[in-house]
Amino acid sequence: MVINSLLSVFISHCIDSNYYSNSLRLVIFRSEMVFTLSDQHHLLSKIATNDGHGENSPYFDGWKAYDSDPFHATKNSNGVIQMGLAENQLCFNFVQEWIKRNPKASICTVDGVTQFKDIAIFQDYHGLPEFRNAVANFMGRVRGGRVTFDPDRIVMSGGATGAHESITFCLADPGEAFLVPTPYYPGFDRDLRWRTGVQLLPVVCESSNNFKITEAALEAAYEKAQEAKIKVKGLLITNPSNPLGTILDRETLRSIVNFINQKNIHLVCDEIYAATVFTQPKFISISEIIEEDIECNRNLIHIVYSLSKDMGFPGFRVGIIYSYNNAVVNCCRKMSSFGLVSTQTQHLIASMLSDQEFVESFIAESAKRLAMRHRIFTRGLSQVDISCLKSNAGLFVWMDLRRLLKDSTVKAEMALWRMIIKDVKLNVSPGSSFHCSEPGWFRVCFANMDDDTMEVALRRIQTFVLKGKEADLEVKRQRWRNDILRLSLKPLRYDEMTMTPRSMMSPHSPIPHSPLVRART
Amino acid sequence: MKLLSRKTTCNSHGQDSSYFLGWQEYEKNAYDEVLNPTGIIQMGLAENQLSFDLLESWLAKNPEAVGFKRDGESIFREMALFQDYHGLPIFKNALAEFMAEIRGNKVRFDPNKLVLTAGATSANETLMFCLAEPGEAFLLPTPYYPGFDRDLKWRTGVEIVPIQCSSSNSFQITESALEKAYRLAQKRKLKVKGVLITNPSNPLGTTMNLIELNLLISFVAAKGIHLISDEIYSGTVFNSPGFISITEALMDRNLHGSEVSNRVHIVYSLSKDLGLPGFRVGAIYSNNDTVVAAATKMSSFGLVSSQTQYLLSAMLSDKNFTSNYATENQKRLKKRHDMLVSGLQEAGIGCLKSNAGLFCWVDMRHLLSSKTFGAEKELWKKMLYQVGLNISPGSSCHCTEPGWFRVCFANMSEETLNHSMQRIKDFVDSTTDVVSRRHRLVVRNSRRRSSHDRDSER
Repeated sequence: MVINSLLSVFISHCIDSNYYSNSLRLVIFRSEMVFTLSDQHHLLSKIATNDGHGENSPYFDGWKAYDSDPFHATKNSNGVIQMGLAENQLCFNFVQEWIKRNPKASICTVDGVTQFKDIAIFQDYHGLPEFRNAVANFMGRVRGGRVTFDPDRIVMSGGATGAHESITFCLADPGEAFLVPTPYYPGFDRDLRWRTGVQLLPVVCESSNNFKITEAALEAAYEKAQEAKIKVKGLLITNPSNPLGTILDRETLRSIVNFINQKNIHLVCDEIYAATVFTQPKFISISEIIEEDIECNRNLIHIVYSLSKDMGFPGFRVGIIYSYNNAVVNCCRKMSSFGLVSTQTQHLIASMLSDQEFVESFIAESAKRLAMRHRIFTRGLSQVDISCLKSNAGLFVWMDLRRLLKDSTVKAEMALWRMIIKDVKLNVSPGSSFHCSEPGWFRVCFANMDDDTMEVALRRIQTFVLKGKEADLEVKRQRWRNDILRLSLKPLRYDEMTMTPRSMMSPHSPIPHSPLVRART
Repeated sequence: MKLLSRKTTCNSHGQDSSYFLGWQEYEKNAYDEVLNPTGIIQMGLAENQLSFDLLESWLAKNPEAVGFKRDGESIFREMALFQDYHGLPIFKNALAEFMAEIRGNKVRFDPNKLVLTAGATSANETLMFCLAEPGEAFLLPTPYYPGFDRDLKWRTGVEIVPIQCSSSNSFQITESALEKAYRLAQKRKLKVKGVLITNPSNPLGTTMNLIELNLLISFVAAKGIHLISDEIYSGTVFNSPGFISITEALMDRNLHGSEVSNRVHIVYSLSKDLGLPGFRVGAIYSNNDTVVAAATKMSSFGLVSSQTQYLLSAMLSDKNFTSNYATENQKRLKKRHDMLVSGLQEAGIGCLKSNAGLFCWVDMRHLLSSKTFGAEKELWKKMLYQVGLNISPGSSCHCTEPGWFRVCFANMSEETLNHSMQRIKDFVDSTTDVVSRRHRLVVRNSRRRSSHDRDSER
């Protein structure tokens, strides 16, 4: 109502002064928008107008900062480097070589166009048989051939995003809940909850034991739900973990299986990072555990997979639901109508992943390149005393910046994060956006850029940390100066106390003085 | 404790419908000219297989565009990484222009108001999630596409209330039918959030005239509700009267940019017009910014493969290709349509006069043993198992009158179509019923008459 009256005053002023321009029309237009926005809440569904899409999370804010000022080696070398996007860009040349050698894999080439019509009209939600066979084969190879997957249980979805939503629709009714160990991928808040009406309840994991999922934590989360009278329908785990980059050991997996069987709830295992395990220990899939000597109702076991991370094809939207429960397979297959994989893409993937030689060499080469990136990155961080959670998988590290926080609060973490984006010009993801119980952790992606950009990113981090140390030192110096003034000590001591940044660095550090640091001294 | 959700055990996915059962029978015993000449001919699948040669020759002429290359450089990496739910700008631009071209460029579409989805299936479901709460309702004119029962209702919890249309006026929507449907919803204590129409109609194959469109606009304006126009068959109009899009009708009444236009949304897809159902290319077009924003975020659950977006952006940007394709495709559809209509007339079977779509709405009421849906089901089974044709019974499309069937004509070769006509003729000939023979005579005579009045209304 206030806006209404202000607006009418403005309009009358403009009319009185014979002033009528585009800006006035714009104001009127905007005011109409303002009035109709509140109408939207009656006109549209709650889902369309609430925040369930989760995009107001800081996880996405950093992306916006990147979008408005993206780093480019030559055109914008001061731009923001994107380290908040878990993409795998390390093996494209490898894939491109294969594509060049296999023109039939594309239905658009001279060699492949004979199949164009059949592929273009194929809309059976079972998917192309050769696609399902190839994906089942690939999933088995990624697990070292220790298990095989049945192509008839392979169900398509619109990426892992679509897979998670569909399987949630299948397993839970609105108001029911899934337990998820923290920290977890922020997208789950949208994928599992937004349109389904299902809740997510955290299983709190802590750094004191490297964020292990303990029986106690599981039981505590379950109890809490019971007390709140919320029906728990399942547990969702991501293995290898996003954002931790770690894999679950056999003991933890077995205790999880025991837990869900005992409670008679589902276990959804998101294994989309399975092929990003780059060093020992070897990855253990839930599909292996259930083949062991363990009591398990297979109707409770479901796997979500995708080619977005392992192969680096997020654009192709290849999501997979693999369930050991026939009713779930049937239901999810019907639901896959809402997010089938383009047959053009099914055809390409079928050709690529049924090439055994390519598959084996890709898996090996990808792991090698990820290992090297991880090694260079973590070494660079350790040179400025930044540690990461020890990890052997994923496209990121879980960086420990707790000691850089003003205090152990989310507020301090967000302040640090804003500083990192604004001053260091890196988009990293704050732990709070992953629902981490302890402030100070950040997920930093390392596989979505070339070697040179990674070097730039490392240098920026190192500079920032050193600057921080210099700043700390300056604070200490100031305190000391005050003390001197108070205690009337000789100025000579002050000179002796002055330290240059270089002397703080390890004698082995190759990092030259940053101009920022130089400017201070 | 119940292990799975209610959605797994309810029937809202609609797949127990005869519409889908016929398909299953076809799968088990599919016709092949050489390998299985007595098999079931699929006439229940609204596919457009008539113009693939045009697509294939375009591909042959444009190797760089489709070989993941730009200026000789590979763009594979860029393409494989592209997952922005706003969609590829060049693709959306091309699609917006393609949609305008289909409407004779009488209207223009803003690519920023276009949301890409995994097929029209996903577009329709997404609009429901955006516009209605569980338990609320949309009004749909009958008969309608059986898939709507799943797409609009299953996971959304939204209800469909039918707007009953009848053969007495060629199934056109009337004001009284609209009001009756609205009252029926109120009686069932369902809040009506909008009307969904398919124009051109599936299964009727007819386009709506300005009177009907204006009626709908006035109705939704008065009730303050939404109007969704599913225009996925807009490019299949092969005869007069031409296609009038809802956008054009709004413009005609100077309602472009008005409050009611904010509640009008279009669904589109390339599955029918270009014959590419496998590629899963659907779209929502809305003037309502909040709907566009919400639908865009929801499209994460079913984005169009970047590989497909790249291919089709090249194809649809080629204006020579698109205009030639449209003309040729419509010519071929008309030919097929006329073949089916005359073939059926030989057997004494009439169709609703139609000018669009990939099917005809066939009148087999005279072949029913009684005016009941039970008799319709009997006839459908005879057609499926005896005659070997999978056609879609009107009841699966929620038609209120038994005896109508949707028969597709664009998903097979000419020889197969002729063969199916022969089978129908043989079946009808074998029927010794005097009434049906007399009816055949009447229908054959009407064919001689109708060739003189092509331009008459419906």
